[in-house]
Amino acid sequence: MTGGLPGPSPDERPHPDGRRNSQGVRIDPAVEAEPEPRRAVLSATVKHEPGVLAAVSGLFSRRQFNIESLTVGPTEEENRARITLVIEEPEPGIEQAKKQLEKLIPVVSVTELETDATQRELALIKVEGDKPDQVQSVAEMYGGEAVDVSQETVTVEITGSRQKVEAAVETFRRFEILEVVRTGTAALERGAEETK
Amino acid sequence: MTEQVPPTTQTEAEAAAEDADAEEVADSSAGTGAASVVTALENAGVEYLFGVQGGAIMPVYDALYDSELSHVTMAHEQGAAHAADAYGIVSGDPGVCLATSGPGATNLVTGIADASMDSDPMIALTGQVPTDFVGNDAFQETDTTGVTDPITKTNYFASDEDTVGDVVGEAFAVADEGRQGPTLVDLPKDVTQADTEREPGEAKTPDTYNPPEEADAEAVEAAADAIAAAEKPVVLAGGGVIKGEATDELRAFAREYEIPVITTMPGIGAFPEDDDLSLEVAGMHGTGYANMAITHCDVLVGIGTRFDDRLTGGVDSFAPEAEVVHVDIDPAEVSKNVHADYPLIGDAGRVIDQLDDELDRRPDPSDRYAQWREQVQAWKAEYPMDYATPDDEPLKPQFVVEVLDEATGDDTVVTTGVGQHQMWAFQFWNYTEPRTWVSSHGLGTMGYGLPAAIGARLAADDDQSVVCFEGDGSFLMTIQELSVAVRENMDITVAVLNNEYVGMVRQWQDGFFEGRRMASEYSWCPDFAKLAEAFGARGFTVADYDGVEEAVQEAVDYDGPSVIDFHIDPEENVFPMVPSGGKNGKFALQTEHLDQL
Ligand SMILES: Cc1ncc(C[n+]2csc(CCOP(=O)(O)OP(=O)(O)O)c2C)c(N)n1
Repeated sequence: MTGGLPGPSPDERPHPDGRRNSQGVRIDPAVEAEPEPRRAVLSATVKHEPGVLAAVSGLFSRRQFNIESLTVGPTEEENRARITLVIEEPEPGIEQAKKQLEKLIPVVSVTELETDATQRELALIKVEGDKPDQVQSVAEMYGGEAVDVSQETVTVEITGSRQKVEAAVETFRRFEILEVVRTGTAALERGAEETK
Repeated sequence: MTEQVPPTTQTEAEAAAEDADAEEVADSSAGTGAASVVTALENAGVEYLFGVQGGAIMPVYDALYDSELSHVTMAHEQGAAHAADAYGIVSGDPGVCLATSGPGATNLVTGIADASMDSDPMIALTGQVPTDFVGNDAFQETDTTGVTDPITKTNYFASDEDTVGDVVGEAFAVADEGRQGPTLVDLPKDVTQADTEREPGEAKTPDTYNPPEEADAEAVEAAADAIAAAEKPVVLAGGGVIKGEATDELRAFAREYEIPVITTMPGIGAFPEDDDLSLEVAGMHGTGYANMAITHCDVLVGIGTRFDDRLTGGVDSFAPEAEVVHVDIDPAEVSKNVHADYPLIGDAGRVIDQLDDELDRRPDPSDRYAQWREQVQAWKAEYPMDYATPDDEPLKPQFVVEVLDEATGDDTVVTTGVGQHQMWAFQFWNYTEPRTWVSSHGLGTMGYGLPAAIGARLAADDDQSVVCFEGDGSFLMTIQELSVAVRENMDITVAVLNNEYVGMVRQWQDGFFEGRRMASEYSWCPDFAKLAEAFGARGFTVADYDGVEEAVQEAVDYDGPSVIDFHIDPEENVFPMVPSGGKNGKFALQTEHLDQL
């Protein structure tokens, strides 16, 4: 490269010691602060119209937010649907996800749910059908039930927290699992607290 | 598709024909969805539309036939989008572009993405295949709302002739309110052709869209405390200051407390560059003094900026000592890239006033900033913007920029392509007014300059000059729009800073790829002056210092489009430079410095 301007060279200039982390948060030079990701359950009320889900999922993939699950369905109000999103991000990422979501025009409101909110997911687990009685009793242990039985298979429905569903799937492995399908998390605030 | 033309339309047209009233026959689109679209445009105060005709958009054009709106037929839809974008930047009101479905719509995409990245107000109206064909890969079908979803503020598929006018009105309101941006309405042909008696209602944003106005009072108080306690504050004014019509408030605020002002590239013109407090632009090719100030400040008041990486360099070294006050109308911009210690969410002008009121209640801090102001002036003397001009050297581009600045008024609108010439065009031109700098920042779109000049020309006052700086590479990307400038007899001066390279790429190859100049030589450049003449414009070629002033004067005086092909030093580079991801305080002033970074 040719040419150039006058002035002291880079190394001859004063440079401050401070720095920011990759999230743009200023940190004390002495202390290292690496942001820890955490799990957040976001609930969004949206207009119940075509394209909303695509807009939301497109937004999340485009911005590289790590979605753990996303569920959607109509609510008690006409023309409103609720989307429950579970993400795992460092704090600034969660804030950003909320704000970006709020920015979408068909989104009415976004809240992050308390950690004690009611959270449920549903799984259908299809196993080998040679021990239907045992399958039924394990299902009952998890508060579930057999919802379809054939010569070869038994399908069990389990509803509960993510951990419970995970534990149930683990337990059913002893019967040889043929297929599993799980919904994502649906969640509401506890008690009289409204999920906005 | 059976009901593409609803029977009622035919009956009415037939009845009109029987009346043998020629005017009514021509008025075949009255009372259609397309007519509602045009009414909505008229209601929104639109004057110009930029577009290209085609099958699916024909009903809308048919309705335009009877309207007072001026349609500028562009050579390419990309040109239409950039022209509309620039119209929006210069006028402040959304520019409108139109295209047919499929290739027409996809040709708009670059221009829409450009407007989106720079938060420019713009409306795109696209034709679409008839509703019954949608999803069947019909001729010239593209999922336009799908394609443009990530690059519009919001978009609409208009599915109903009774509400299509309202949808266009809403698209306008959304593009214009809050943080501005592009919106798109996809118009299926059956919807625009269908009859409707419904007139569009008042244009308004949906009830879920409520941009904030005032910042939270407690947050303002805390931010004012921080500013009042600062020793080394700077204001960083972004494009949002101009978009938000807050330049008066910004200027008054900075001058009252005598705080140095830096702008981002989109913020150019927010604060006059000839003011002592101005440090001009910071970032990759910003001034040395702006980058020193940003690196050493203790409070940074960012207003209407999104802290783009071309501004911040590596975020870890950006304003490393500063507490950040961030004023923005879009909450999602606050703490997105740089954490805001004092988030102030609201309208820029309004929040500056709030801050001002709060600071007024405290002892005047400006004396305390005096030492800082002195330091900043010292940096101005230490790192002057300059270039070498011995007579025997090849022509320097910086000189060309300065001569054009001299030859035109303070309110001249400058548009640019993307590359080295774009950097020289802001470094060596003195900007004093908002809405006079029109460039592609966030997307960095080569070929932006000429179509932008066309949009800018129509938005600017007649006595305002429009100058377009292009590189040879950028110019070739949208040169066909010269035909439009000639046809519409637009007074535009195009200055090609011709180095026979895609110069910015060559500069990076020399600096960071050991001088391996792969695909950056443009030695197949046409004779731009002859090409200009072939289009019907005036053409000039200038290869040395002696010819510059005369050609500039002739071109500026000529009442129509002219192109000056300046053969500049092909090896000239842009300095200062912060390499991408580097530290703003470690800018290179010359080639040798690059090794130290
Ligand atoms: C559409 C597009 N393609 C590629 C690039 C990458 N690019 C950035 S600058 C540049 C060189 C521009 O060359 P020219 O227009 O001749 O301007 P100069 O740098 O020589 O002034 C290129 C290729 C771009 N910004 N836009």
